[in-house]
Amino acid sequence: MRYILRRLGFFAITLWAALTLNFFIPRFMPGNPVDALRVRTLNKLSPAALEQMLESFGYKPHQNVFQQYLEYLRDMLTGKWGVSIGSSLGEPVSSVVMHALPWSVFLVGITTLVAFVVGSLIGIVSGWWRGGKLDSVLPPVFVITSALPYFWVGLLLILVFSVWTNGFLPSDFNYDPSLQPAWTWEFIGSVIWHAILPATTILIASIGAWILTMRNNMITVLAEDYVRMGRAKGLSNWRVMTTYAARNAMLPNLSGLAMSLGFVISGAILVEYVYNYPGLGYLLYNSVESTDYPVMQVLFMLFTVAVLLALLLCDFAIAWLDPRARTKG
Amino acid sequence: MTALLVNGPGTETADDTPRRRGGLWRSVLHNRKALVGLLILLVFTIFAVVPQWFTPVTDPNALQFPPALPPSWAHPLGTTSLGQDIWAQLVYGTRESLIIALVAGFFATVLSVIIGVSAAYLGGVSDDVLSMIINIFLVIPTFPLIIILATYAGKGTLTVVLVVLVVTGWSYGANQLRAQTLSLRNRDFLESARVRGERRSYTIVYEVLPTMISLIVANFLGAALYSVLTAAGLQFLGLGNPNSISWGTMLYWSQNQQALQTGMPLWSLAPGLCVALLGTSFALMNYAFDEISNPALRPVTRRRGKRSKG
Repeated sequence: MRYILRRLGFFAITLWAALTLNFFIPRFMPGNPVDALRVRTLNKLSPAALEQMLESFGYKPHQNVFQQYLEYLRDMLTGKWGVSIGSSLGEPVSSVVMHALPWSVFLVGITTLVAFVVGSLIGIVSGWWRGGKLDSVLPPVFVITSALPYFWVGLLLILVFSVWTNGFLPSDFNYDPSLQPAWTWEFIGSVIWHAILPATTILIASIGAWILTMRNNMITVLAEDYVRMGRAKGLSNWRVMTTYAARNAMLPNLSGLAMSLGFVISGAILVEYVYNYPGLGYLLYNSVESTDYPVMQVLFMLFTVAVLLALLLCDFAIAWLDPRARTKG
Repeated sequence: MTALLVNGPGTETADDTPRRRGGLWRSVLHNRKALVGLLILLVFTIFAVVPQWFTPVTDPNALQFPPALPPSWAHPLGTTSLGQDIWAQLVYGTRESLIIALVAGFFATVLSVIIGVSAAYLGGVSDDVLSMIINIFLVIPTFPLIIILATYAGKGTLTVVLVVLVVTGWSYGANQLRAQTLSLRNRDFLESARVRGERRSYTIVYEVLPTMISLIVANFLGAALYSVLTAAGLQFLGLGNPNSISWGTMLYWSQNQQALQTGMPLWSLAPGLCVALLGTSFALMNYAFDEISNPALRPVTRRRGKRSKG
C-alpha cells in the first residue's frame, strides 16, 4: 500500500513539474506569443485585440506572475483549456483535442501493446534457448531496427506498399474520406485498412527494444539460484520458463514499458505526420506550425499524463507480480 | 521508486575495475558488433572531415543543375527537384549530423555523470532531490517538449538544437550511473580513500569514475544515438534551420517537395539511410559495450549436448 501511495505522490509531483515547465517555457523564451501571433496575422489585428485573444489561454502579461501561474494550474486541471488560436480559430481546445485523441489512442495504444507483448514473448523464447538459431539471428537484427528513425521506416513503407504498388495500401489520412463515419463494416474496414501502414511502422521501429531488453533480462534471471532450484525440483521446462524466469525478467521490462512510452509518443508524432494521420501528434505539428499556443500546452500536458498513467498502471502490475514491491514500499 | 532503478543488465557492472582499462580496447576490437559499429563511424567521420574528396561539387545547396535528374555518373544519386546534387548534399550533410551526435552526446553524458554520481555519492537529502529530478526528466515526454522548446526559441540555429538535446537527453544515463555508484558506495577501495582523508571531489574523480568508464562510454553512445534520431526528426519536421546542410534538412526538403510521390525516392531514402546507419553504428557499439561489461550477455558458441534437455 505504501508503495502505491509513493507512486501516486510521484505521479502528482511529475505532473506538477511538467505543468510548471509548460507554464514557464513560453514566458522565458525569447519568442513572445503576441509577436508571433502578430506576424502570423500579418499585422491586421491590433495588439490589444491580440492580447485579448491570448488572454483566453491565460496569457496575461500585466498580471503578477504568481497569480497567473495559479490560475493556469487551476485551468489546466479543471479542463478550462481556452480556445484555439490556430487553424481552427475560436474552437474550444477541448473539442479540437477530443477529435484527435481517439485516433492516437487507437493507433499508438494498440501498437504499443502489441509490440510489448509480442516483443517480450520473442525475447523470452530467444533468451531461454540462448545461442539457439533464433537467438543468433535476432539480436543483431533488432539492434539495427531499434536504431531506425520512425519516420524513415514510414517513408520506406509508403514507397514500397503505396507508391510502387499504385496505392495498394493507403498512405494518407485515417479513413476513406468518401465514407461517413459510422459503425458500419465498411467504415471500420476502411479505418483498419488505413491504419495498417502507420501501425506497422511503429511496430517495426519499436519492437526491437522490447526483444533485446527482455532477452537480456531473461539471461540475467536464468543464472539465478531460484531458477536452478525450480529445475532441481523437477518442474517442467514450461513452468520454469514462465513462472520462474519470465515472471521475474518481466519486472524491469514493465517499468521500461512506461519509460519508453515517451519515446513511442515521440516516434508516433513523426509517424502521424508522415501519414497525415489526424491524431494528437499530427495536431501538435499543426499547432506548432500555426503557433497555436493553447493547443500546444494542452497537448504537452496530455502527453505527460499519458506517460504517467502508463507508469502508474505498470506500477500496479509490478506490485501484483512482485511481492517485494508491495511490502518494501 | 525502486521500480525506476532497475535498468536491465547494464547496471550490474560493478567489477569493471581499473585494471581492465587497457583491456577495454582489446575487448572492443574482439567484438564483431563493436567493430562493425566503429567502422561505420569511421567512414562517416572521414566524410565529415574531408567532404571535398568525395564530390566535385563545392556548394551543395546551390541550385546549379537541371532538376530531378536520375542517377548518372555526374550525379551518382541524381539531383533534387530544386537542382541540387543529392550525393554532394549527403556527403556535406554528414558533418552537421555527426557534430550534433557527438557534441550533444558528450554534454548529455557529462551532465548525467555529474548529476548521477553526485546524487548517489552525496546521499541523503541531495540524493532525494536529485533523483526526483532525474525521474521527472525520465518520464516527461521529451520530443513534444523539444518541439515546443524549439518553436519558442525560434526555429533554428544549431545551438538551440544542441541545447535542447542535452537538456532532454541526460536523464537516462544519470539514472544508470546513480544506480551504479550506489552499488559502489560501500566498497573497500572507497572506504580506504575515506580513511586516507581524501577530499570527496578527489575520491569521485580518481576513484569512482575510472571504475565506471565502460558504463560512461555506453551512456555516451546511447545519448549520441538519441541525439542523431531526435535531431533528424526535428529537422525533418522543419524545426531546424532549413538552409543548413544536414541529413535531417534534406529529409525536410524532400518531404516538402513530395520526393516519394514524384519519382525521386533516393532524395528521401539516402539521407534517411545515413541517419539509420549512424544510429545503427552507435546502437551496435552500445550493445557490444553491454556485452563487454556484462559477460553473461556475451554470445555463446553453440555447444550441443552441454545443456541436457529436461
